[in-house]
Amino acid sequence: MSDAPLKSYEFRREREPAWRELETLLAKAERSDVRRLPAADLARLPVLHRAALSSLSVARAISLDRNVVAYLEGLCVRAYGVVYAARRPVFEAVGAFLRVRFPRAVRANGGPLLLAVLATILGTGAGWALCAADSERYYAFVPYELAGGRDPAATTSFLRDMLYRNEHGAGALAFFASFLFQHNTQVGILCFALGFLAGLPTFLLLFSNGLMLGALAWLYDSRGLSLDLWGWLLPHGVPELTAIMICGGAGLVVARHLLFPGRLGRLESLSVHGREAGVLVMGAILLLFAAGLIEGVFRQTVTSVPVRYAVAASGFAFVGWWLGFCGRERRT
Amino acid sequence: MTRPAPAPAARPRPSRPGTGGARATPNLLVDPTRANVIEVVTPEGVPLPFVVASIGDRATAVFLDLLVILGVFLAVLILAGLATGDGFGSSFIGAFALLAAFLFRTFYFTWGEARRASTPGKRKVGLRVMDARGGPLTVEAVIVRNLLRELELFLPILLVLVPDHLVPGRSGLLRAFSAFWLLGIALVPFVNRRRQRIGDLLAGTIVVVRPKAALLADLGRSPAPTSAAAPAATHAFTDAQLDVYGIYELQVLEEVLRRARGPAADRNAVKAVTDRIAAKIRWVGARKSLDEEAFLRDFYAALRGRLERRMLLGHRKADKHAK
Repeated sequence: MSDAPLKSYEFRREREPAWRELETLLAKAERSDVRRLPAADLARLPVLHRAALSSLSVARAISLDRNVVAYLEGLCVRAYGVVYAARRPVFEAVGAFLRVRFPRAVRANGGPLLLAVLATILGTGAGWALCAADSERYYAFVPYELAGGRDPAATTSFLRDMLYRNEHGAGALAFFASFLFQHNTQVGILCFALGFLAGLPTFLLLFSNGLMLGALAWLYDSRGLSLDLWGWLLPHGVPELTAIMICGGAGLVVARHLLFPGRLGRLESLSVHGREAGVLVMGAILLLFAAGLIEGVFRQTVTSVPVRYAVAASGFAFVGWWLGFCGRERRT
Repeated sequence: MTRPAPAPAARPRPSRPGTGGARATPNLLVDPTRANVIEVVTPEGVPLPFVVASIGDRATAVFLDLLVILGVFLAVLILAGLATGDGFGSSFIGAFALLAAFLFRTFYFTWGEARRASTPGKRKVGLRVMDARGGPLTVEAVIVRNLLRELELFLPILLVLVPDHLVPGRSGLLRAFSAFWLLGIALVPFVNRRRQRIGDLLAGTIVVVRPKAALLADLGRSPAPTSAAAPAATHAFTDAQLDVYGIYELQVLEEVLRRARGPAADRNAVKAVTDRIAAKIRWVGARKSLDEEAFLRDFYAALRGRLERRMLLGHRKADKHAK
């Protein structure tokens, strides 16, 4: 037997300081954030990471010390997480999201979005037609809590007053806006999440949302208050309905790629397009936030019909421009 | 660049000579053929094993996170309630508190995972989120996996606590059906190999364990004397004696030796293994006066030296059955 020291021992003695240095660095990076590391450490990180990877390769080839190999594997796995986790600064990501990512995602998923719009319109039409045929159905379409007394039994003047009343203080308005935002956001998220159940619940949710809208529209129209109703509804309805339909569309995107994965495997197809759908929902939540503000504050304080229509029209123009044209690649 | 680990768990250990890439190496603590390991090849061309987190660990992490959320929720609302008194429902502070609590609950997971790939609960347990194929974890993926949490976590909780809120009306059948449906969703992580919940499937993410292996002393080099009385004895072994065993046995011996010390020391194992080895290699020395641990350490060093030298020459003897 030769008395020369083992190669694996020499190897460990030579490389161990670099492993230890990387370990300390990783502990620091994992405790706070990679970007908070001092510049000198940041410069060392990739060097040490590659050294550890090369050590791992060598150790696997020449060393039979299980602990060393396990340790190096753990070290490299941790370093991989720190080195290759490309994370953008949050504000930069938000800017790019608003200007490019979200509008593009909307345009790229025209089909499912159109389907969501159709479901809503279909629901609205059905709600109107069914209520016109039998006013008792109104109670089935509009839940009691949401109706707030606006039902076929109410007087015309009461219905009118509901559109123009303003008995709240400013604080209560903010409270109301915050409540509306939460409620709508949860409906939107649900609309999307239910897409995983093959899209049927999403479709139902959109349809029943339309039913409610149609029933309300019928009720006010039957009292000759259509103009007032839409003036009340549209300023916040433009962003809100857009957002709900986008969420529903996102749910349908998921459903579509779940049911018809195409050339990819089902799971792969889901994971590729699921992210796209997530972008849609995130943008819709921002739209809902705007809608909540308009609904909770603006609607309660501004009662002039022309102003309401002007706000609705400009909102419509803005949403149309944003989703239709923002972030397009320039043709050269 | 990346590929998932192959499915078969009972793949025979490759025992062909030569190193032939790390996939043929049985010298891994976490065997990539095991079902809960995802193998990712780094841009440098080194395959790394990522261990998928167990459902128990993830449930613990979520529970901790829910506690944090609940704590913040209560703190915010109580503070706002104290500040406003009876006028909570009609004040800016009340509105702001509600909004803040809602945003906190909705984006708690997203914020943590987008910035550091884990939430406080996950960090406590030692887990992190990663892209299922080893790529960078994008903000979009994090958003998606946490939006679906609404369906998978908060909706069932709501269904249990206030069933009327979700399924209004009198229909017990409808309620049973939705409960059944949500239960089905909750079972998804149990039936797939990578323990992905629906949000993970949709976002293409997995949750992995943050490795904790520490570097221990090299057993083969500095055999510490077992007691002050017995000096480090040197036992000599012939090549024929060493060739009885292979790499697998060497690493089992390593485990035995590492467990021979410390609070959970297992002296019986040392004795049993010594008996076994002494019989197997026909050890001629006195068995009675043998310092068992020193003997095993010497045998370990000698065996490792023999096997490593042979490995350098292209003979990888996987276990005692290999030639």
